[in-house]
Amino acid sequence: MTPLLEIENLSVALPTGADRALALDRVSLSLGASEILCVVGESGSGKSMAANAVMGLLPEDVRPTTGRILLDGIDLLTMTEAQLRKVRGNRIAMIFQEPMTALNPLRTIGDQIGEMFREHTDLSKDRIREKVLALLDEVRIPDPTGAIAVYPHELSGGQRQRAMIAMALALEPKVLIADEPTTALDVTTQAQILKLIRDLQPKKGTAVLFITHDFGVVAEIANRIVVMQHGRVVETGAVDQVLHAPEHAYTKSLIAAVPPLTAPPPRKLSSEIALDIKAVSKTYRSGGFLGRRARITKALDAVSMQLPKGGTLGVVGESGSGKSTLAKAIVRLIDVDSGQIQLGALDLAKVRGAELRAASSKVQMVFQDPFASLNPRRKAGDLVAQGPIAHGVSRSLAIAKAAELFALVGLDPSSIDRYPHEFSGGQRQRIGIARALAMNPQVLVADEPVSALDVSVQAQVLRLLVHLREKLGLSMVFITHDLRVAAQICDRIAIMKDGHVVEAGITADVFGTPKHEYTRALLASIPGRAMLERQPS
Amino acid sequence: MSVLLQRYLRSPSAAIGLALLLLVVFMAATAGLFYPRDPLGLAGRPLQWPMEVSAFPLGTDSSGRDIAAQIFHGARVSLLIGFFATSVAILIGILVGAIAGYYGGIVDDILMRITEAFQTLPNFLLLLVLVAVFGSTLWVVTLAIGIVSWPAPARLTRAEFMSLRGREFVQATRVLGLRDFQIIFREILPNALPPVIVYASVVMAVSILLESALAFLNLSDPNVASWGNLIGTGRGVLRSQWYVSAIPGVAIIITVLAVSLVGQGLNDALNPRLKKR
Repeated sequence: MTPLLEIENLSVALPTGADRALALDRVSLSLGASEILCVVGESGSGKSMAANAVMGLLPEDVRPTTGRILLDGIDLLTMTEAQLRKVRGNRIAMIFQEPMTALNPLRTIGDQIGEMFREHTDLSKDRIREKVLALLDEVRIPDPTGAIAVYPHELSGGQRQRAMIAMALALEPKVLIADEPTTALDVTTQAQILKLIRDLQPKKGTAVLFITHDFGVVAEIANRIVVMQHGRVVETGAVDQVLHAPEHAYTKSLIAAVPPLTAPPPRKLSSEIALDIKAVSKTYRSGGFLGRRARITKALDAVSMQLPKGGTLGVVGESGSGKSTLAKAIVRLIDVDSGQIQLGALDLAKVRGAELRAASSKVQMVFQDPFASLNPRRKAGDLVAQGPIAHGVSRSLAIAKAAELFALVGLDPSSIDRYPHEFSGGQRQRIGIARALAMNPQVLVADEPVSALDVSVQAQVLRLLVHLREKLGLSMVFITHDLRVAAQICDRIAIMKDGHVVEAGITADVFGTPKHEYTRALLASIPGRAMLERQPS
Repeated sequence: MSVLLQRYLRSPSAAIGLALLLLVVFMAATAGLFYPRDPLGLAGRPLQWPMEVSAFPLGTDSSGRDIAAQIFHGARVSLLIGFFATSVAILIGILVGAIAGYYGGIVDDILMRITEAFQTLPNFLLLLVLVAVFGSTLWVVTLAIGIVSWPAPARLTRAEFMSLRGREFVQATRVLGLRDFQIIFREILPNALPPVIVYASVVMAVSILLESALAFLNLSDPNVASWGNLIGTGRGVLRSQWYVSAIPGVAIIITVLAVSLVGQGLNDALNPRLKKR
């Protein structure tokens, strides 16, 4: 097999003052014609940097120091910007993680795909239109003649990504670089896009360099795998070999950290109900001014569920299912239109003013984004102590309690004087958990608490949550889009879609014998099931 | 802090701005030392050109007052007016902008309509009206300048608050049960402040100019040695003894330039990523 794209001994230096000297340290990999090579690694492994180096899209102050990037035997690093422009789009194309920001919001889809032809060929207008229509058909966008004239915001996330793929494939490039192309998508959409790439690849004979952090996706799509860590390639091999007989310790730990899709045996749960959600509804209205039709979205439509005391209730759904709205309603970040959220005798949906502030000590929340959820201008200890202080605890006592909580969530108690930016993502999420625990809550609402974390850190934080639940007798509402994660921690699961609960029950039952069609579709969409379940775990 | 200073001084224009500003501050601080006499008192023969008599390096004006003394003492007045008028404008602006941006809805509507009412009136006309009604002592002038300058900082603060109030760290403090007052002033405001501080330099430069314009029309406090007053005095002899107006004019230009450069430098130092682009 002659390699089409070859990266030889590539080192890329970071500017002085960065957390390490080299973003890429003597990276070598080769991509053969018509194969899909997956580059896997956690954040900071340098996988995206490698892709950007190939495209010549490195940040201004980041420069390759040694090595070559050969495309058909010609070194891309020695090319001028003008020569590179001819290669980009034409012979190497790229698709990005977030199709909304990669597409120009002010131009139609057809216009943007057609630009590839206008820029690189001298086809007539009509021929370009024909070609664009054929491409849209190929990426299976429904109604290509209609889609050619719409703007990016009128398409769904999955269709936008299809349009991006159409644009990338327009000139039949030899190499397609896909940088986390499905990370921003829902799991069912992700499954469709992966299938599309898998179908198109042999048809077009394009070699695909697929960057991802998700071993499920790897199992789904890769022919060969390159595992990266801290800017170095630690393992390379065929997909079966790497997934089932990994050699490097890091690869082993990454694969072991992928949560298995089997629920743990059901625990005995108290018959007491900690939180009783009864027929909660919330409707959003937008527009409806001067004759424009108002858009009405039912975010929650008579949603009912019960959280047993000491148990974990998983609320699973895709974007727009209303799961985050529900979480916000429970902690009263939003007011619901109707329904009750009963915590003992207290209806959380109704309390106001001072009573609401007092109720905040009973229900607390852990947020999704460990970077956005901590005020960057406050010390970690202050962040944890500020809740109790607001409820009348003295400052010295609250800080002492914060130090204890730091120890409880596995952080160094002496680090309470540091600022959030001095902590890693996983550590920040621990601070967020400590902040919630400082109020001694009965119910903890966790809104996608691990979805922004690397897979190895994810496992640690999940273990911490289980440990805390047991030790403190917490009841937990766990919001997630990830069924693998839900299977790890939830006693009961409620599947949500478009503001409704479509199925609810004991986790093992929902996973083992799903009753609703949508649940079955969700389970079938989990990437890499077949491949990963075979491994001894 | 030292990192910020380092980043600030990396830009030559910001360093020049800081040096010029320090020069003006130096003049204001040493005015009493070099010119202990009343700068508005008679010093010598009127309308002597600069360097004509060694006692008056910058000459004398049409009433025989020492121009150099007025420039030094004027630095005090300009900085004083600049500083206090800016403080008033920024304070009102932050208060209005923070409340409008945090609460939104009807509160925002009312506060923004009031802000727009102020914005649609030309600044200077409103200033003239205020001074005409309340008199033209130094404090009234300063306060009036502050009152006409608050709408822009208010809008800026509001925009910052609108983007920050939905952030997770703000939601987290709401879940913890903090009071609105604490959330607005202790959680959000410190994060919203950098662009407002940068904008304060613009307000300060404009304040100094507004005072000069008032003085030029003889509407500022006649009992203080401000640069504007000196320009006003020179108006009558503009064609023959132009230096009487030109020297304070240059002083104003230097001060406004210094303040603007410092503001720009602060902006670049506080947003290092923006500058690289």
